[in-house]
Amino acid sequence: MTKGRVSTERGIADLADEYDVIVVGAGPAGLSAATTLAGTNARTLLVDENRTPGGQIYRAITLAQPVDRQRLGEDYWRGRSIAEDFLRSEAEYAPATTAWSIQPLQGDAGQTIGHEVGLSSNGVARLIQARQVVLATGALERPFPIPGWTLPGVMTAGAAQIALKTSGLVPSGKVVIAGTGPLLYLLAAQLIEAGATVSAVLDTTPRENWLRAFRHARGFLVSPYLAKGLKLLQTVQRRTRVIRWVSALAAEGEGGLKEVVWGAGGREHRMAADLLLLHQGVVPNVNFSNSAGCAHEWDEAQLTFRPQVDEWSASSVAGLALAGDGTGIGGAEAAAIQGRIAGLGCASRLGLVAPAERDRLAVPLRTSLARAMRGRRFLDELYRPAKAFRVPQDPDTIVCRCEEISAGQIRASVSAGAGGPNQMKVFLRCGMGPCQGRLCGLTVTELIADERSKHPSEIGYYRLRFPIKPLRLHELAALPQTETAKVAVLADLADTHHPADLNERKPQ
Amino acid sequence: MFRRLSDRASGEITFTFDGRPITASAGDSVAAALLAAGVRACRTTPVSGAPRGPYCMMGVCFECLVRIDGMDNRQGCLVTVQEGMRVESQRGSRTLTPEPAQ
Repeated sequence: MTKGRVSTERGIADLADEYDVIVVGAGPAGLSAATTLAGTNARTLLVDENRTPGGQIYRAITLAQPVDRQRLGEDYWRGRSIAEDFLRSEAEYAPATTAWSIQPLQGDAGQTIGHEVGLSSNGVARLIQARQVVLATGALERPFPIPGWTLPGVMTAGAAQIALKTSGLVPSGKVVIAGTGPLLYLLAAQLIEAGATVSAVLDTTPRENWLRAFRHARGFLVSPYLAKGLKLLQTVQRRTRVIRWVSALAAEGEGGLKEVVWGAGGREHRMAADLLLLHQGVVPNVNFSNSAGCAHEWDEAQLTFRPQVDEWSASSVAGLALAGDGTGIGGAEAAAIQGRIAGLGCASRLGLVAPAERDRLAVPLRTSLARAMRGRRFLDELYRPAKAFRVPQDPDTIVCRCEEISAGQIRASVSAGAGGPNQMKVFLRCGMGPCQGRLCGLTVTELIADERSKHPSEIGYYRLRFPIKPLRLHELAALPQTETAKVAVLADLADTHHPADLNERKPQ
Repeated sequence: MFRRLSDRASGEITFTFDGRPITASAGDSVAAALLAAGVRACRTTPVSGAPRGPYCMMGVCFECLVRIDGMDNRQGCLVTVQEGMRVESQRGSRTLTPEPAQ
């Protein structure tokens, strides 16, 4: 096993059976955590689904050329040193590898002494043990359930950015970008810089958000977001048509996108389009932390569930730390710092760094973190998506893309007795397709809350189970038949009637 | 719907999609190569048979599921395209295929 990379022929077969730490996710948080841990002589393994480090924000950063720096900007280029520091470290790296489960290992006295992590790469699955685990699973784009969002030709803005970063693809033909959030204008500017013709940017930011955000303007005014944001706005406004106060949005076409329809100023408008790029912010990707049983809470400012962590990024599950945007959206810079703090916390729990030394090293990190988080409240308030775009009012709008379940069906299931997402699943199979609720979970929570006139925190989220990514039967069958392996595979079957499901109250 | 920037084309790879030869750039994911070739839809859904195409490009939405070299349910955005690869649209639900011997 050479440092830095798993041999491509043997894949994860070359990994050791156990490590001090397994870090999941090679975005800024995971890379920084792994580099920090390797620096304390912890035997560290970083696993990541992509072929190269960087996560989504720094996707393909190690392959980027100077021309990409010009196109994608300095914030993207900053990821290069984070990835290079990691590749130079003693940490082992398993790219193109999916982590699909995590199961606590118990000592003689029943205490948690580590975890066993299920990995899969190139058709081979392994269960690998670690004394500590750091999940840095990042963010994904908030669901944007509008009529027609399943049509071919409708994609997320993040998807277009990934195509640009990884393959140098720019949209051609009639391109419309719609939604809200900082990434909307960043992407528009990047695509225009790369030579794309953007027909229009449809901005769905509600007018009243400006008032709400104004209360948090102080932090924003002293943050770097201000200058960056103004520059992006200027670029986009000069080079394309920006339509504001968009209050309704739909994609239309037979078999594929033909037209984008929107409402603004009390009137309906239409525009022919080949590609519609949707975006309304990013939310923590909680599938792993939820399946692992970590405690989560509703974040009212970010309108999402997020796992609870302590000052060292430790979750409510012993030996399991969470870092980066997966714990609440703070952006790439904050994620990298959180990764280092999580790394110090883990190293301390492993006995590799004394608590006093850990505290001393974390002081400057916490100062930098506070600085990186400046202006976040302002952005959260300004780019809070309107309810109409989070909770579909049209009953025919598809909410669960996999099982093709509409908003109307979900509302009807509530009337029929489904009090929460887990009971509703039994009625409709909503959230039980291959994406495992990633594209519908928040919409479902908010829809049921709306229908029952409750707060989302009272409704809760899907109870997710391993494997969190589909595995092939032969991968499972080839796993060693140890007791822990049987538990890893069978525990969730036994767990089907989780008490949380039964505790959900029926609608009043 | 997408075109490739001239400064980003690398070594040519040829694969087929539903029997049609397509030229991709080395390192492309299957989904990116299909988008670059103008393919918008790569599967139909098991429930209603509606056409779907790549949506998130980061492995979370499972919309780009395709059959690759005879195996269904592969995530096109997470598989790197290889010379001679046989990619096919996935029609409806996946079919069970014999698993390769280990």
